[in-house]
Amino acid sequence: MEHGFIPVRAKLIDVAAFFDRVERHAVADDFRCAALREAAALLVDGRPERARRILEKLSDPTTEPEATSSGKAALGAWQRPARSGAKKK
Amino acid sequence: MRYIEPHGHMVSRTTDDYQAMVTAGCVAVCEPAFWAGFDRGSVSGFRDYYRQLTEYEPARAAKFLLPHFSWLCLNPKESEDLALARDVLAIIPEFLSRPNVLGIGEIGLNRNTRNEMTVLEQHVDLAVKYDQLILVHTPHLEDKLKGTNLILDLLSSHRGVKPGRVIIDHVEEHTIQRVLDRGFWAGITLYPDSKSSPPRAVDMLEICGRERIWMNSACDWGVSDPLAVPKTALEMRRRGHSAEFVDAVLYQNPHRFLSQCPKFSVGDGKTA
Repeated sequence: MEHGFIPVRAKLIDVAAFFDRVERHAVADDFRCAALREAAALLVDGRPERARRILEKLSDPTTEPEATSSGKAALGAWQRPARSGAKKK
Repeated sequence: MRYIEPHGHMVSRTTDDYQAMVTAGCVAVCEPAFWAGFDRGSVSGFRDYYRQLTEYEPARAAKFLLPHFSWLCLNPKESEDLALARDVLAIIPEFLSRPNVLGIGEIGLNRNTRNEMTVLEQHVDLAVKYDQLILVHTPHLEDKLKGTNLILDLLSSHRGVKPGRVIIDHVEEHTIQRVLDRGFWAGITLYPDSKSSPPRAVDMLEICGRERIWMNSACDWGVSDPLAVPKTALEMRRRGHSAEFVDAVLYQNPHRFLSQCPKFSVGDGKTA
């Protein structure tokens, strides 16, 4: 506790400020922000292994290899692919 | 304190980093082949890189009395061009007998594609054929869990793979136990912004035990810290772990795994 509390306190305030910032800049509906909000709920659910469960929450849950490469880097949160054949707005 | 840096991309680092690592107690550094930040366009580009890893970089490290070892492969990020990958894999055996080459790595997956799986399997076949140690990179961020599962299934189904001769690197809390449960070694990578921090790494040791685990900085051209391993020793000591515990994790464990390659040796001031 003596070594860990102050650094973690700072990180928690960083998280809070990040949520405030994305709302202020009107990007809070980005899928990554939504994923962070869902993951953050695990912090206070009273159950153990929070780190493992948060990592799993942010992970791609599928099991088959991707047919092709997107050519893009990982983003840190999994986004369900848009369904093919969906009507365009 | 003594430690081994089992995964550092030293071609990306300065001589100041070599000096700092040796001053902190580093007695050997191991450098897996890596992505250059752009896709190399030809076989000759890879041949030049393998020469750098097996000729020039060991000589640069030797100026700081640091034994330098390397692993060879084509990075998963460069696996989408199957024809180029096939041609690059064909030249790797030319380098396997070089005195500082430990094995095939860091192979693995990046975005978990079919082509990456194909090239991963070709690398594993190559390693088995030449009786090489294997170092595996697991994907980043949201792709890590799925990629780790795909890698474990592929390796476990390969008759020639001996899990004790394979290290699965970049594990985190959601992947470490499944790697250890299948008999493989697990590598924890200490990064400032991703993978694991020193406190989380020590958490994993406390939860999973210290057997078949090594730690590395994976320092490269991106945001990374070549002194992350000795800094993690400080985290261990702050929590009350003994100097023997630190030595077991940061020196004895990587020494035990890497010594499966008879070319590996440390700390006598001689170069590989």
